[in-house]
Amino acid sequence: MSTNRGLVAHHFEDIEQQRDVEAFGMWMFLATEILIFGAVFTAYTVYRLRYAADFEAASSKLNVLIGSINTIVLLTSSLTMVLAVHATRAGRPKMLMICLLLTIFFGLTFFGFKAVEYYEDYEEALVPGLRFDPGEWAERSPPANAGHVQLMLVFYYIMTGLHAVHMIVGIGLLTWLVYRARRGTLTPARYMAVEVVGLYWHFVDIVWIFLLPLLYLAGTHRASDLHF
Amino acid sequence: MSDAIVRGFVPQAKARPPRTPETHYLNVEYGVKSWLLTTDHKRIAILYLIAVTALFLLGGAAATMIRLNLMTPRGELLPADTYNKLFSAHGIIMVWFFLVPVVPTVLGNFILPMMVGARDLAFPKLNLISWYIFTIGGIITLWAILAGGVDTGWTFYTPFSTKAARTNVIPTIIGIFISGFSSILTGLNFIATLHRMRAPGMTWTRMPLFLWSSYATSVILLLATPVLAMALILVGVERAWGIGIFDPDLGGDPILFQHLFWFYSHPVVYVMVLPAMGIVSEIITCFSRKPIFGYIFVAWASVGIAVLGFLVWAHHMFVAGQSVYSAQVFSALSYLVAVPSAIKVFNWTATLYKGSISFETPMLFALGFIALFTMGGLTGLMLAALGVDMHVHDTYFIIAHFHFIMVGGTVMAYMAGLHYWWPKMTGRMYSDFLSKLSALIIFVGFILTFLPQFVLGYLGMPRRYHVYPPEFQILNVMSSAGASILAVGYLLPLIYLIWSLFAGKAAGPNPWGATGLEWQTPSPPPPHNFDETPVVTSGPYEYATEEITDVH
Amino acid sequence: MNAIFADVPLFPERASTTAYQVDALFFFLCAVCGGMAVLVAALLLYFSFKYRRRGEDDRTPRITGNHRLEWFWTIAPLFVFVVMFVWGAKIYTSVSEPPPDAMEIFVIGKQWMWKFQYPGGERAIENLYVPVDQPIKLTLASEDVIHDFFVPAFRTKIDVIPGRYVQIWFRPTKVGEYHLFCSQYCGTNHSQMIGKVFVVERDDFRKYLDGRKATGSLADQGWQLFLKFQCNTCHSSNAEARAPVLEGLANNMVTLNNGKKVRADDGYLRESILNPEEKVVQGWQPIMPTYKGQANEEDIIKLLAYIKSLKPGQTPSRNENSSPPLDAPRVPPKEKIEPGDRKPPYQPEGQNGKP
Ligand SMILES: [Cu+2]
Ligand SMILES: [Cu+2]
Repeated sequence: MSTNRGLVAHHFEDIEQQRDVEAFGMWMFLATEILIFGAVFTAYTVYRLRYAADFEAASSKLNVLIGSINTIVLLTSSLTMVLAVHATRAGRPKMLMICLLLTIFFGLTFFGFKAVEYYEDYEEALVPGLRFDPGEWAERSPPANAGHVQLMLVFYYIMTGLHAVHMIVGIGLLTWLVYRARRGTLTPARYMAVEVVGLYWHFVDIVWIFLLPLLYLAGTHRASDLHF
Repeated sequence: MSDAIVRGFVPQAKARPPRTPETHYLNVEYGVKSWLLTTDHKRIAILYLIAVTALFLLGGAAATMIRLNLMTPRGELLPADTYNKLFSAHGIIMVWFFLVPVVPTVLGNFILPMMVGARDLAFPKLNLISWYIFTIGGIITLWAILAGGVDTGWTFYTPFSTKAARTNVIPTIIGIFISGFSSILTGLNFIATLHRMRAPGMTWTRMPLFLWSSYATSVILLLATPVLAMALILVGVERAWGIGIFDPDLGGDPILFQHLFWFYSHPVVYVMVLPAMGIVSEIITCFSRKPIFGYIFVAWASVGIAVLGFLVWAHHMFVAGQSVYSAQVFSALSYLVAVPSAIKVFNWTATLYKGSISFETPMLFALGFIALFTMGGLTGLMLAALGVDMHVHDTYFIIAHFHFIMVGGTVMAYMAGLHYWWPKMTGRMYSDFLSKLSALIIFVGFILTFLPQFVLGYLGMPRRYHVYPPEFQILNVMSSAGASILAVGYLLPLIYLIWSLFAGKAAGPNPWGATGLEWQTPSPPPPHNFDETPVVTSGPYEYATEEITDVH
Repeated sequence: MNAIFADVPLFPERASTTAYQVDALFFFLCAVCGGMAVLVAALLLYFSFKYRRRGEDDRTPRITGNHRLEWFWTIAPLFVFVVMFVWGAKIYTSVSEPPPDAMEIFVIGKQWMWKFQYPGGERAIENLYVPVDQPIKLTLASEDVIHDFFVPAFRTKIDVIPGRYVQIWFRPTKVGEYHLFCSQYCGTNHSQMIGKVFVVERDDFRKYLDGRKATGSLADQGWQLFLKFQCNTCHSSNAEARAPVLEGLANNMVTLNNGKKVRADDGYLRESILNPEEKVVQGWQPIMPTYKGQANEEDIIKLLAYIKSLKPGQTPSRNENSSPPLDAPRVPPKEKIEPGDRKPPYQPEGQNGKP
């Protein structure tokens, strides 16, 4: 491999070292990411324990059906991402292209559902500061503290919003990979870009796997809640 | 100095007479573009040096105004709002745009790859991006400060920052948030470099101590910065939409912000201090011509500080309605984190024993560091005692304490490091007399500025006070007088270091007779640092001339 | 030079029992830390002089460490630290537990002033008078941002955090006039959120209070608010009461809807006025509206004083039968209100009729 001088940046000894460093760097970056989400998760957990009933009440208004569908969409996109890595290493450019485009497609599908969900939240007056009816919560039985419900909803928007920002970055990276794949610069010898983006993409999926139970499954849902 | 002999480490032929090499990283390319698009870690270090120095001068200007205002108890010079904005600007600039980045991004960037024997950092492009991120964050923050300012202090305590403040909180937060990513990228780059790019033969225990402390620093940057970023986002959200996480009206807890903030901001104290300690380890050994006393202890003390540093954040909140139980836990842990720092001080002192000590400028700064840092650390022990903290918390005692750590510690060590590696960075020697004079002035000015503040603090003068009772005036005037001396001490190097670029003698590859790999290559170094990848065959500080050891 | 420094204090006055404790620890810390500083400085200077470079061919030994010595200075500080820690923790703990005979004074911080309320209903701003040799318990609340109540001569301080009560106590030992500072940054006039604490003899303290001419004790004022807010519509002694009777509630344990038991301390009572649906007593419906925005911190302190003063049988009956509270004579709550004329119930201004 070390004969591949053109592939290796000047400051590396050989391609092995270069690949090693690239994967290592992404893992380090993910460590930072864990702490980013960790900080919000911690704050959320503090209040979730303090105001359990109100948080559950707020959670039960979230659209668990869309949340679940999006989980499946994201898991599928992870699968296509894995296949994309495999395709690069195996030197199958067509399959690589298809897998990348599919991953982008699933990412966009996620956003489609998410947009529907946010719109519904707005319709149902679940947006503190924009459209929210404290009276509605006080009249429920048992009544919920409107302040705490808003707290929960603010967390919901911050956490899903932060996740969405990561998805946008991910789709941007995938688009860059598509561009490189078209130019033919993703080869079995140069597969690291796909691998590193893959790591990132899986991480963003895993974050969602945590968001689903924390936000959507905290409250009880009835079958009638499952709607668009 | 010219005929200094390089001892140990990689054997090298007798030093050539000092002259500047034909091509080096500074003259290999010319033009603005060659600098703004460079991926050479040495050039990026210079870019950082310029940015950070400019910001230091701005933060220093704010400090000057603060000290001038405090000359009189009625604070006639400035209106209260302006004063509040100035101390906020001073804190924000100095913490995030000087103290945190200065050693890693300037000296670390320049020296770290050479110390490990690499041609560059692991991710040269990320390194350049980090400079741009830092600069953009800095510009946004400066804009926020100059166009109206921010008056929350650097701590952004809620609910003041989210509900009461009427100033540019959000732009400032955005600037800090953005610059935080440059910290993260730098930390990431260093860790990857230290793990994967060490020269053949450089095992972990053959690494110079500067690398150990840079490693510990990078871990903190990587794990603490994101928490700050999130805390700031939450403040911004709450402020922008009037609804959020820390609002007591919603059942939110303003103290939660303090937990998130200090979870970052205590460890970040060690981001400032650890690399400084690394510099001092390099310099003490070099100028006493002895190996470090207790390499393993000093190295692991860095790791210990990084780990324990994450467990003591709530000692900033002893009077913030904490439960007695948690206050006790955090007090006890704070004592634990003092141990590794104590180890380092004792080991540096022991390194001097039976050495051959010469008092070049870097050594003067390094000795000043040990003295001032020791005082800062010891007053930290007083603050960790719950009973005393109750009295001196949020007074000038705290101000004095952390300025001993950050200015007496970090800035002293940065000056030491800058003077130590300046010949390597530029290939030139600076004025011996002026540099020694400035070391002396800074030391004296510092003591005069901050010693009276301990007394003021115990007397009860609270921090962030624009006016104060008249009986505190004399101590305040003393402090302000010291500050003006300090200012001279900091401006002097600016002059003779720039002067040295044009008129300095050629330094030669190794003016101090030091053993690190960075001294094995010409000054200024060639674009790729080493013509041949160096091979390491021994520990970092093989200065001793006798094989015999009388202890051990 | 001496003349200049004659009036310059270098050490704060000591005017409370805590001050003596804190200073003792401080002197101990100064001695130990000062000793360490001198030791390190002396070693640095001595080595620097003794082992200064005499020539380029100086010989240096290869000393790489000494594990016994290093373990010694790793472990030895820990023993000293334990003393510092325990001593400091003891003072801190003692300051957080007020003695039972302490006199309670309420303190409210707001941008940028301190307000005080004495149990007798006297109010003051800026200047706090306290009797000497009497333990004083302060209960503090903030109306806006975080403040900090700091009296250097007492060596005590506590952050005053919005949304909760904090407590601190001290026992003044010396008659005099002392600084009161806000020491948590709170905005533009933070440095002018100051006042004085006057420690006076007991007699002078009584005279001071008499001079304040209180309009009824805190509890009386709370009783008036109780009527003004029409609390007795629900918290009444009648059979059709819709909320628990508040007699004998304060500082006793109550069982909540969810089966948990909590102590009905100041914090609980405050929360029940502002966030009533949060912790509902077992057997009652969460029907109480919040008084956020109607009752400020001062009002709440008065209401609390009233609730704490309620003895069995003192709860007023429903207010349809009671006289309009605003015109009510200022009598202590023990005298039952006579069912009188049938004026319409009092409607507080600025409300849409729904209490
Ligand atoms: Cu700290
Ligand atoms: Cu205040």
